[in-house]
Amino acid sequence: MDTAAKLQPSRGNVLGSPSTWSAALPFAGLLLLGVAFPLFGGGYWGVIATRACVYWVLVSGLNLVVGFAGQIAIGWVALLTLGAYTTSVLVAGTATAEVQPYLALAVAAVVGAIFGLIIGLPALRLRTFYFAITTLGFATIVTQVALAWQSVTGGGVGVPGPIFPPPFSSQWGLYYFCFGLAAICTWMTANIAASRFGRALTAIRDAEVAAEASGISKPALLVPVFLFSGAVAAVAGGLFAALQSYITPDAFTLDLSVLFFIAILIGGRGSILGPLLGTILLTVLPELAAPLVAWSTFLYAVLLLLIVLAMPGGIAEVLDFKNRRPLDSGRAIIPRPELLAQLLPTSHAAGALTLEQVALSFGGVKAIDGLDLEIKPGQVHGLIGPNGSGKTTTLNVISGYYMQQRGTVSLNGAALPALARHRRAHLRIARTFQTPRIVGSASLLQNVMIGGTIDGEASFVETLLSLPCCWRDEAMLRETAMLALATVGLERLASVRADRLQHSELRFMEIARALMLRPAFLLLDEPAAGLSAEEIERLGTLLLAVARAGTGVLVVEHHPDLIFDICHHVSVLNLGRMLAAGSPAEIRSHREVVSAYLGG
Amino acid sequence: MVVSIVSTGLAIGCIYALIGITYNVMFSASRVFSFTAGTLGMLGGVLGSLFIAQMGMPVLVGFVLVLATGAIFGIATEIVAVRPVLKSLDQHLYVLSTLALALMAQQFTAIEWGTEARPFPRLFDIPRGGFDQQIWLPMLACAAVIVGLELLYRHTLVGRAFLAISEDNYAARAIGLPERRLRMASFALAGMIGALAGFAGGEMLLAFFGNAPLLTFYGFVPVALGGMGNNRGAVVAGLLLGLFQQAANFLVGGIFASVAVFTVFIIVLLARPEGLAGASLQRRV
Repeated sequence: MDTAAKLQPSRGNVLGSPSTWSAALPFAGLLLLGVAFPLFGGGYWGVIATRACVYWVLVSGLNLVVGFAGQIAIGWVALLTLGAYTTSVLVAGTATAEVQPYLALAVAAVVGAIFGLIIGLPALRLRTFYFAITTLGFATIVTQVALAWQSVTGGGVGVPGPIFPPPFSSQWGLYYFCFGLAAICTWMTANIAASRFGRALTAIRDAEVAAEASGISKPALLVPVFLFSGAVAAVAGGLFAALQSYITPDAFTLDLSVLFFIAILIGGRGSILGPLLGTILLTVLPELAAPLVAWSTFLYAVLLLLIVLAMPGGIAEVLDFKNRRPLDSGRAIIPRPELLAQLLPTSHAAGALTLEQVALSFGGVKAIDGLDLEIKPGQVHGLIGPNGSGKTTTLNVISGYYMQQRGTVSLNGAALPALARHRRAHLRIARTFQTPRIVGSASLLQNVMIGGTIDGEASFVETLLSLPCCWRDEAMLRETAMLALATVGLERLASVRADRLQHSELRFMEIARALMLRPAFLLLDEPAAGLSAEEIERLGTLLLAVARAGTGVLVVEHHPDLIFDICHHVSVLNLGRMLAAGSPAEIRSHREVVSAYLGG
Repeated sequence: MVVSIVSTGLAIGCIYALIGITYNVMFSASRVFSFTAGTLGMLGGVLGSLFIAQMGMPVLVGFVLVLATGAIFGIATEIVAVRPVLKSLDQHLYVLSTLALALMAQQFTAIEWGTEARPFPRLFDIPRGGFDQQIWLPMLACAAVIVGLELLYRHTLVGRAFLAISEDNYAARAIGLPERRLRMASFALAGMIGALAGFAGGEMLLAFFGNAPLLTFYGFVPVALGGMGNNRGAVVAGLLLGLFQQAANFLVGGIFASVAVFTVFIIVLLARPEGLAGASLQRRV
């Protein structure tokens, strides 16, 4: 692995590299400031600082849902309410025997986790706006229940909040308690953000189909996120109740939810520091001028509108100095196919990907109609045909986006599970897309690392706590991704934001991401579209080398040159049926093909 | 008792259906679900009370002014919160921009009008009876809107243009329809329908700023269950929702009735995300 070692970017190692330290600097500064805060301020400012910590405990968890996974959860105040009431009611003993405050807080965390999951469930199946509305509905209902369930919650009169035993009973004691929890939450969410889970979440947000093709299952990923986010929100609720010292349903208005939500968007999606600054800003802002208090939610709403319209990247993008440096303009993509030997395992279980009599129609249109296809390991298989002949549909059936109405798709004799898109990656079937699907705000390296998500071993909880197994995952994924980038010729751009790259570079990036799966089969949807003649030639060499390493390659393409240069076998589709199949030479002289497609 | 539950349920259902139609009219023109649908309903109630009860305008003048303000708010929504983000429909920025606008309107009302619910004036000076105006006004409004939209869509050129835009935006533009003006007109129309819902249901819902999130939620239920953009589905689902809510109100009490509505809504949606009527398969790759 000599080459791979050399390919490590100068900055961007897991630990100890300059970029990690400079990224941690603002957090260290805030930590110092927070610890020393009681020296400067006192009285009311102490309450505000405590409140900012409490809010951040909630927002840190919500950030994973909103900022990373891109789920528009606007009613998260429901979980704050739930946590506040659970803790207070247990400590006050209105429903049960009196419970010790810490235990009550732990119970609240469990209740919060369960309800976080319940509120989150619709996100797994429903469209964005539907999810936003259901969280909104949940928020209104929890307050109503708190108001109505008088015997337990005290109704409109309320219940006293918990008092934590010394040393956390005093004002500064409570502050340090909340500050400590806020620091822990920052650390844990930062661990998630920097791991394969964080990358997978952003992939679901920005490029869901690519996430699925990389083997990321949305439910499996979001369930632990909702559990965690619900738990910390409920803990924040318990702290909130302790800070308020007395809670009524009035304290939990939708305004609070709006504050949490907007703090994240002002901060910037996919960042930890941004939303942290956003939370502090929004907590402090109304305190600076008395008239602002009444108008604060109105101002937040104005801010939200401005952010959406003028700078969707939020504070985080403003602070991202690194990505403002201009890129080299005359850069060329020079793949190094010789590195494939290191990247791909030497032998795959030899078996073919077979389509038998596959048919699929949309309404009255027969997209594919009784198609037979066999993709053999170690060969490049070309699939050509005029527009609408069913090429991409075929690819989508193989990768599970459509389900054939007739016929079978089997790997090695075993039928592929229908519509289970993320299972394809586990079978080492990788693909690229007609339009590159990328996480624009993530670096090229991170984008490629998404492709290797399923090869990580550390669980969500292990990652939260940043246990050594998670460092090993990171090192392994980073090394493989650098190798894959070097293979396609993009390693020098590894740390650049993906949305700053050219179209052709993104096409090669998608191949690198697919190679992360060490695919037995690689499906490419028009990989040469938008490439220059030189780039097409290099792409051809690269794909041939991939096939030589034992991978079965299926290329859907319009460029006859590429197809005839590199394919071992070519199938020609027309109106969903096989018009001809054979070696490139046979196809080139096939009269029907020539007249129907190549025009001659 | 049963008569009262059914009549109140249908009346509330009509308000929900009208808000649902408000969502749909905006959605058809722009593929955007706007959070301002419920806000429009709230504004209808508050402005009606402001114009007629506070400022003492004649009912008809107040009514026309409410509709006009609704239309203006609709157009403002289109200009401020929809048009700028249409290009990035995929990123769902419209959810945030329309939410921001809805919150601004709601907070402005809370501060300028107050956070207390205030009474809505009685529109017709007739004694209260069994079948009171607070029951039949929403029904009348709903029926009028359904008939009006039907006539508009089927028998006028503008209405057909609306349909063309909602069926296929690109094709409609390709044959030379003024898409932007039609979209603004749709938002104005939606603004009037939403304001009408709040105005007609004013006596029942009162003039209260907190109606905005409630109507945004309960008005979306018919849309989700009846199928996006499907007005008939919205009316049927809205009436069912109203009846169900009133029945649950009577059987298990007010608070747990809303819990029941919410639970049923979530379960139905999880079972049939595309709604009870309607199926859609989107091409994603």
